[in-house]
Amino acid sequence: MPFALLKYGLSSEYPAEVDLPPPTELKASYDVVIIGGGGHGLAIAYYLAKYHGVTNVAVLEKAYLGGGNTARNTAVIRSNYLTSEGVRFYSASVKLFQNLSNEFDFNIMYSERGQLTLAHTDATVRAFRQRAEVNKHFGGRTEMIDRQQIAELVPSLNLDPGHLPVLEGLWHRDGATARHDAVAWGYAKEAAKRGVEIHQLTEVQDLIVEDGRLTGVKTNRGTVRCGCAVQAVAGHSSVLAAKAGFRLPIVSYPLQAMVTQPIKPFLDPLVSSSAMHCYVQQTSRGEVVFGGGSDPYPLYNTRSTLELKESLIASGLEMFPFLAKAKLMRQWGGITDMTPDYSPIMGESPVENYYLDAGWGTWGFKATPICGKTMAQLVASGGQVPDLIRPFSLARFANFEQVNEMGATAASH
Amino acid sequence: MKILNCPLNGPRNISEFVYGGELKTMPDPATCSDREWAEHVFYHDNQPGMITEWWFHTASGYWFLAERHLLTDEVQRTFDPGELFRQRIEFSREESAS
Ligand SMILES: Cc1cc2nc3c(=O)[nH]c(=O)nc-3n(C[C@H](O)[C@H](O)[C@H](O)COP(=O)(O)OP(=O)(O)OC[C@H]3O[C@@H](n4cnc5c(N)ncnc54)[C@H](O)[C@@H]3O)c2cc1C
Repeated sequence: MPFALLKYGLSSEYPAEVDLPPPTELKASYDVVIIGGGGHGLAIAYYLAKYHGVTNVAVLEKAYLGGGNTARNTAVIRSNYLTSEGVRFYSASVKLFQNLSNEFDFNIMYSERGQLTLAHTDATVRAFRQRAEVNKHFGGRTEMIDRQQIAELVPSLNLDPGHLPVLEGLWHRDGATARHDAVAWGYAKEAAKRGVEIHQLTEVQDLIVEDGRLTGVKTNRGTVRCGCAVQAVAGHSSVLAAKAGFRLPIVSYPLQAMVTQPIKPFLDPLVSSSAMHCYVQQTSRGEVVFGGGSDPYPLYNTRSTLELKESLIASGLEMFPFLAKAKLMRQWGGITDMTPDYSPIMGESPVENYYLDAGWGTWGFKATPICGKTMAQLVASGGQVPDLIRPFSLARFANFEQVNEMGATAASH
Repeated sequence: MKILNCPLNGPRNISEFVYGGELKTMPDPATCSDREWAEHVFYHDNQPGMITEWWFHTASGYWFLAERHLLTDEVQRTFDPGELFRQRIEFSREESAS
């Protein structure tokens, strides 16, 4: 085996694989311009090319691929939401994730460990029962488990943290993680192979709207005309919307997370506690990840704060007291665009030919494949909204038809 | 710890305060359309610049206004809402017949 490797390595016949073709000049116009080269933007481009044969597409990214929230999230993938609209949507995403490595022929390190969410009050137990039933109804694997089963599943967990003894748990077998930047790169590589142009260091600075229709974008590398455009810019949705001349029901908050040094494996499932606003998981490298809710006030700045870390770690240590001696290695933040109902905004905007993939708050990584797929359908059909994303239209706010996922989203991502 | 200057109580730890949202002008609930009301309740400017926003000092139950930069987090000024709101608002409702 090592000799075979060496032989391949030295042979000039061995085909070197190119992830992305070298950068080119921007064309004067494209059929579709996608603003934002995170997981979502790249996924839309990939599905447009793969299923709809739309390849005259440019993905414009102001910094580098997947360097936004795609690279900052804690990679939780799950579908145990509360509303039937939400569960249907996220379940379809989990199914796509399961086959993504095969589809890309590129390992995204999809790892199905299950997610355990702890209930500390009777009210939470009741809410969790409902979530388990809705989830099962749509083919998800979710059930309630008692203290004994929790102790067997996670022996290192303190079942009586502080004043919040654990009553029961919502055990979601479909809970998983994946290597988030690999997801972005997988989509980029496969989209580029099919002819999509991906332009990094290309910032969209203004939008050209003529007679209520979007006709082009202005970038730091010149003006580009387009048949239509999609904004998929995570933390900056309101900024681009303002350039198109409308507002969104979004407020932008920083969200922080951190990891310890790698330690011996002790925790397989992802564990979260909604009452303690904290979730804990161990990566395949052994690092322990701590995450929680967004910052208490809005900001467009990814600086970290000591307050939030202190409160997160305090809760984390209540759950796993022996981690008190672990050393923190890294901490970071990303900007999350929060909507009032903790659901995303997908579909049409007030401007014709301009589509929205926005309001992803703290939960959008897990939606990357299905959002990409349905948004591609929407774009390719020239504005026919697929059923799966119809409930997430911007219009729901004016019609008072919100999809309330607050309870199923907070601190579990 | 970040310190916020409460117009009533002076400089206090940020953990004593709760954020209350952007300052917006309320449309007349009696005459505005559903659309205008939804705009008022759910929509925000949310731009990375200077904004005027509500804050609440929990310990003393006092609401005030702050001018803060959404990119740098710098608070330029905090002030009593009395500077902007000089008139008492009456919430009256016509009695229904019967
Ligand atoms: C700390 C943290 C933890 C999280 N944990 C989870 C989790 O466990 N599970 C989960 O499902 N979700 C989680 N999320 C949310 C998730 O990361 C996001 O919802 C998701 O990554 C959004 O994907 P995206 O492709 O839209 O965004 P991004 O990856 O942020 O991509 C948007 C891109 O747009 C670019 N851009 C912005 N403005 C412009 C412009 N004017 N012109 C050109 N390009 C522009 C940015 O540079 C960026 O690369 C978490 C987020 C954070 C911050």
